[in-house]
Amino acid sequence: MRASSPGGAVLEIRGVTKAFGELEVLRGIDLTVHEHESVALIGASGSGKSTLLRCIDLLEEIDDGDVFLDGEVITDPSVDPVAVRRRLGFVFQAYNLFPNLNVLDNVMLGITRAHGVGPESAEAQARGMLERFGLAGRERDHPDRLSGGQQQRVAIARAFATRPRAMLLDEVTSALDPELVGEVLAAVRDLKAEGVTMLLATHEMSFAREVADRVAFIHEGRLLEVGPPEQLLAEPREPETQRFLRRLLAAGRV
Amino acid sequence: METDRRAEREVARRRKARRGQTIAAVSTLVVLGGLAALTLASPGWTVLRESFFSSDVFVESFPDILEGFWLDIRVFLVVEVAVLILGLAVALVRTVEAPAIFPLRLIAILYTDVFRGIPTILLVYLIGFGVPALATAEDGGATPLSWLPTNEVLLGGAALALSYGAYVSEVYRAGINSVHRGQRDAALAIGLSEQQALRHVIVPQAVRRVGPPLLNDFIALQKDVALISILGVAGEAFRIAQIQASSDFNYTPLIAAALLYLTITIPMARLLDRWERGRAVS
Repeated sequence: MRASSPGGAVLEIRGVTKAFGELEVLRGIDLTVHEHESVALIGASGSGKSTLLRCIDLLEEIDDGDVFLDGEVITDPSVDPVAVRRRLGFVFQAYNLFPNLNVLDNVMLGITRAHGVGPESAEAQARGMLERFGLAGRERDHPDRLSGGQQQRVAIARAFATRPRAMLLDEVTSALDPELVGEVLAAVRDLKAEGVTMLLATHEMSFAREVADRVAFIHEGRLLEVGPPEQLLAEPREPETQRFLRRLLAAGRV
Repeated sequence: METDRRAEREVARRRKARRGQTIAAVSTLVVLGGLAALTLASPGWTVLRESFFSSDVFVESFPDILEGFWLDIRVFLVVEVAVLILGLAVALVRTVEAPAIFPLRLIAILYTDVFRGIPTILLVYLIGFGVPALATAEDGGATPLSWLPTNEVLLGGAALALSYGAYVSEVYRAGINSVHRGQRDAALAIGLSEQQALRHVIVPQAVRRVGPPLLNDFIALQKDVALISILGVAGEAFRIAQIQASSDFNYTPLIAAALLYLTITIPMARLLDRWERGRAVS
């Protein structure tokens, strides 16, 4: 059941539904993310993009359907969620760095505690990761000393440090001041260049166009349209997609 | 032109500050002076002074009380450590949702509810006199519970620890609940288990947040150490003061003991203020 050949499916989402009480947030989502592929989720606030990402990382329990990681079901109640999360990387909109730890320890915590790597090689690994994302020299700083853009880059380094099978990025630039968006997008671009498998929710259409191999439009918990960015963003088929993009255009966000 | 306006503003600001200081000084003088005059002029003042603030009695009783106070401090320190550990353990039991520890959680809930509701003095009586009663048979022989401790200091300390542990566990729990949900999410997302998330991410942040309210509880605990005097603990500061006070019907020794308590509680209160101010800034 393992699909490890290049281009094989890393994440398969099959008929996933999720409701919070009466509110149906996901109403049957089907989507496959292939090895080295990056898929951008677009859609209005509240459309279900974040919930879908959280369900894949098992931070929320789904109601129906299943999610497969490398061909193995991960949403079965018998599966240990901790082991699954160790194979995925998640970056939050609000960074969620640990304020009680310095930058280096933020990155090291998962390497040592979740992956059992010894302190010395874990530190080398963490330092390398921080350097890669332009944070050399900030290892001993606490997160509150950093700009939003730097904090989000630490969060990316923290999530990517253990080389997850796929990165889940939840609106990673939405909480940032406009002038800081670029440095975070550069970090994501860097992951893309390395061929990291990614599923990312974003409001930045230009960014979706640049790093996404495919764009998926979600509307009221349903995946209405999937396609390559040049097609979906320029000539969307679905009226809802057209309406959404027109609204963004009017707001100057495309 | 611009410098003129700046100078004018500076002068106005100084004038305002000076006026504020003057008003504060005058009103303090009036209020405190009035209270002092009222007290000193009252016909009972000489009696009050003799029975509560007699310098002769103070000098005579102070050395013994000071020696007793050393026991108070030791009891306070040991109980404080016990309270910190007990409180955190109870808070954790109430936070972790594993079904296996459900009975423990039930006990923890019962404990915090009951022990916060019972007056500390009753708890000191109950444990201080109740436990030795269980440990001794009527004829003075052995009972199945003879192994229970009967030392008054130990039992009094245990009563205080149980009483304050219930309060402090709620302080910790409030701290744990105040840590943003995103912290737990992030801890789980990097692959930590629920327990690891608590240990490395949630609890360290919670403990930092509850420092000031914990210190507040410890100021109260420091005073309540005097309660173990009701168990007849020999050598405790308040007990010594009580004995001295009742032997010559003069309460000055109790004031002497109170002054000693203040030497600990006031610095703690100031420390608390500074701590909270520092946090408000950052």
